Amino acid sequence: MGYIFAKPNIICEGHEGVYNDSGVSKVNELIFLILFPFLAALLLLIIPRDKIRRAVGYIAALIILGASVYLLYGNFSSTVQYFGLSSDLVNRAMLITEGLIAIYIAYMSLKFRKYYPLVLIVLQSTVLVYFEFSRPTEAILNNLFLDKLSLVMALIIGVIGSLICIYSFGYMKDFHVHHKDAKDRRGVFFFVMYAFLGAMFGLVFSNNVLWLYFFWELTTICSFILIGYTKTDEAVNNAFRALTLNLLGSLAFILAIFYLGTMGSPTLALDKILLMDKAIVLLPVVLIAFAGMTKSAQLPFSSWLVGAMVAPTPVSALLHSSTMVKAGVYIMVRFAPLLYGSLPGLMLSLVGGFTFLIASGIAISQSNAKKVLAYSTIATLGLIVACAGVGTYEAVWAAMLLIIFHALAKCLMFLSVGTAEHKIGSRDIEDMEGLATRMPGVGVMMLIGMAGMFLAPFGMLISKWAAIRAFIDVNPVLFGLVAFGSAMTIFFWAKWMGKIIAVTRANGIANGRMNRDELAVLVVLTILTIGACLSFPLISHYFAEPFVLEVYGMAAQLGQDNITIMLLMFAAVLLLPFSMLYFRKKGKQLPAYMGARPSTPDLHFSGTAGVEKELSLNNYYLENMFGETRLMKTGVMISVVLVVMMFLFAWLNYAGVLA
Amino acid sequence: MNLLYGLAYLIGAPLIGGIVIGIDRKITARMQSRVGPPILQPFYDVLKLFEKENIVVARPQNFFVFAYVAFMALTGLMFFSGGDLLLAIFAMTLAEVFLVLGAYSANSPYSFIGAERELIQMMAFEPMILLYAAGMYLATGSFLVSSIAATSMPLILLLPGIFAGLLYVTTIKLRKSPFDLSATQHTHQELVQGVMTEFSGPTLGGIEIARWYETVLMLGFVYLFFGFSPLLAIAAIVLTYMFQIFMDNTYPRFKWSLVLKSSWLVAATLGMINILVLWLYFKGGL
Repeated sequence: MGYIFAKPNIICEGHEGVYNDSGVSKVNELIFLILFPFLAALLLLIIPRDKIRRAVGYIAALIILGASVYLLYGNFSSTVQYFGLSSDLVNRAMLITEGLIAIYIAYMSLKFRKYYPLVLIVLQSTVLVYFEFSRPTEAILNNLFLDKLSLVMALIIGVIGSLICIYSFGYMKDFHVHHKDAKDRRGVFFFVMYAFLGAMFGLVFSNNVLWLYFFWELTTICSFILIGYTKTDEAVNNAFRALTLNLLGSLAFILAIFYLGTMGSPTLALDKILLMDKAIVLLPVVLIAFAGMTKSAQLPFSSWLVGAMVAPTPVSALLHSSTMVKAGVYIMVRFAPLLYGSLPGLMLSLVGGFTFLIASGIAISQSNAKKVLAYSTIATLGLIVACAGVGTYEAVWAAMLLIIFHALAKCLMFLSVGTAEHKIGSRDIEDMEGLATRMPGVGVMMLIGMAGMFLAPFGMLISKWAAIRAFIDVNPVLFGLVAFGSAMTIFFWAKWMGKIIAVTRANGIANGRMNRDELAVLVVLTILTIGACLSFPLISHYFAEPFVLEVYGMAAQLGQDNITIMLLMFAAVLLLPFSMLYFRKKGKQLPAYMGARPSTPDLHFSGTAGVEKELSLNNYYLENMFGETRLMKTGVMISVVLVVMMFLFAWLNYAGVLA
Repeated sequence: MNLLYGLAYLIGAPLIGGIVIGIDRKITARMQSRVGPPILQPFYDVLKLFEKENIVVARPQNFFVFAYVAFMALTGLMFFSGGDLLLAIFAMTLAEVFLVLGAYSANSPYSFIGAERELIQMMAFEPMILLYAAGMYLATGSFLVSSIAATSMPLILLLPGIFAGLLYVTTIKLRKSPFDLSATQHTHQELVQGVMTEFSGPTLGGIEIARWYETVLMLGFVYLFFGFSPLLAIAAIVLTYMFQIFMDNTYPRFKWSLVLKSSWLVAATLGMINILVLWLYFKGGL
């Protein structure tokens, strides 16, 4: 199918007019990755029988996974490549689809009487239509491209995304057993899940900003449908909040496109924009960064991602790890070279820094596991945004590592919380007491996921290390924000870990067998998380460094000694559990000390007058200091000021006051 | 990097740390008008602990404490070998988390609250120590301990705010009053032995050895301010430790919120202002 578009005017390796056979097959790989998920999605929509649907879904997911790995295999050492497609037909199809989406959004907003999205979509469509009719006809030769960043993003989408899809078949079956009130619309559910992957592939491969915008819109609408899946009042409200905030971003995006397409020397090609004079394109870049902020849930727009947790857990995993929010940071990392050294870039990085600080703080006061995960995602995204805003080669390198490691660890966390939730009937951290003994498999995988999020020598910590090294040279305030934020992350992760490893003897083993497929996905993710940490120098060497080198002509590194020490530490951490073989039998066991009262191993003690009492232990949540409402209010105030200043500086730059 | 110094630390730190704590106990006793134990008492204590029966509430406890001791020693090894300062700080955090997890795994009321408080203390400590690393980097242009120690600049003059801040939070690491929330050496307290409550025998002995390692490491942190003059450095270390003993015996324990807020305030003011001034001076071209 893609071949039809692909054959004429192929341009490879940046050499115009060079017709190259391998180029044709490569562009077909890209087109396959974009279109195949949509095809699979349609199939899943129309197949009514659960068993067949599952079989088709598994095969499709494995094909997507295989195709993205194959893409890596074929482009392991290649530099950036551009692919031209004759795009008239595609452009028209996209425009029609955008029209349909606008109508759908308008219909839904009227149906549920939510008028903000309606206003936004009308404004947005007006700008788009006006632009389509007024712009000078510029033929973009290279609509698609592939470089190291898109390759890494494609791997994240293809591998993690399809694993989540596989997981979701078993999970959704359970979900409807647990949620009898929710109407079973699994056909639609899987349709949107797979379409989401296709949209994400399109987003990271597009060199045409108009195409990028199209796929951007698709991710917005997909997340809207997925968040509102259960159609409860809460789900509908949260879905509309997500829609409103994301449409606000899209409006900024289309304004940026309008600017880019109508300015002095108009262009909509990403590669050309990146080469343009900073002074000219700073305003549209800031608009696009604003769109990225809404999508990656930065303050003051964080509320939609927290609300999105009403959706079934695979949706959260998808939104948080491999799609949606990663689209936001992807676009910012893309434009980071233009933000480098500019005042709007400084403001953006401060928004990211404050988001990291505030979201980490709020996570302390939450006992709902999914909410903790949501705030931790927002925090990490803040760190990535800060890197993008700083825009030096070191910062971008750190951002790329953060994207990779966060995707893996966070996906593992969400999916294991989802599985545990179905078994213990709660997503409250306090109810996960002793999970490591009650559900050893899931408990241990959860611990690995958490260690992966905040402890040395796991990936996230290495990336954070890289980030703060980048910050201290450029902006010490950012360093300070991250220093305080990091301290908070230690607190909320460690106390959660503590709950899980508490050895309890009363609660018994959780009943019910684990779904085999869910378990398989979790095990694969665990292996990937550990594997990625072990191969961290390779990931840096083959992906992050070449990308930074391509863009900046300079590469960042952690230094050979440090890498060696990191790996030695990692080996030590991996070997440590084996010492359990020795310690397992050691020591005489006695009940815990309870003020010298006679007590039992399951925390019962004899109180006065022979009454036996039970003791329960609950974590600190420090509500007075880290309460959600209070911190959120502070965060929103600070970030609104920063965002306003970001636009102000961009405007002054545009007006020529700040040269 | 020089691994010899690191190995010297691995062997020598427990000796020095034990003696420092022995002297500490003697001075503390004198301040309280007691005679006090012999200076070698910490060693006698630990030797005796290792002869005791290993009693646990949950068996994984031993494992976590083992990891704690191992990583605390490793942290010091990294620091004294002249490695990356940030990396050493991260390793220290990892070690601490293992201790906390050990206390959690026992699922006992006293050790549980001790663990929570230990985490609060870590949260209070972390920003300042990271700012310390940032300050060292801004002043010397390197995160490597070997380069920082070798500089001829009087770092203390460039980093007075950082020094004061570090002095403030060192109290947390030395488990001294008023910041000894999670476990204390003083006998009278409401939490029994807090985070240590359920550890006994050889396990407790291991924790004590880790404490010796940690004490020497903290003094190493102080040393870096005075790397230009080793003699002055030793004097500063002695004074620092005396100051800590003095504080320990004059202040009652703070509430957790005061510990957290005051530590953060110190880091955000003294630490950050120092960093900003340095940054403006070295990077901002003032």
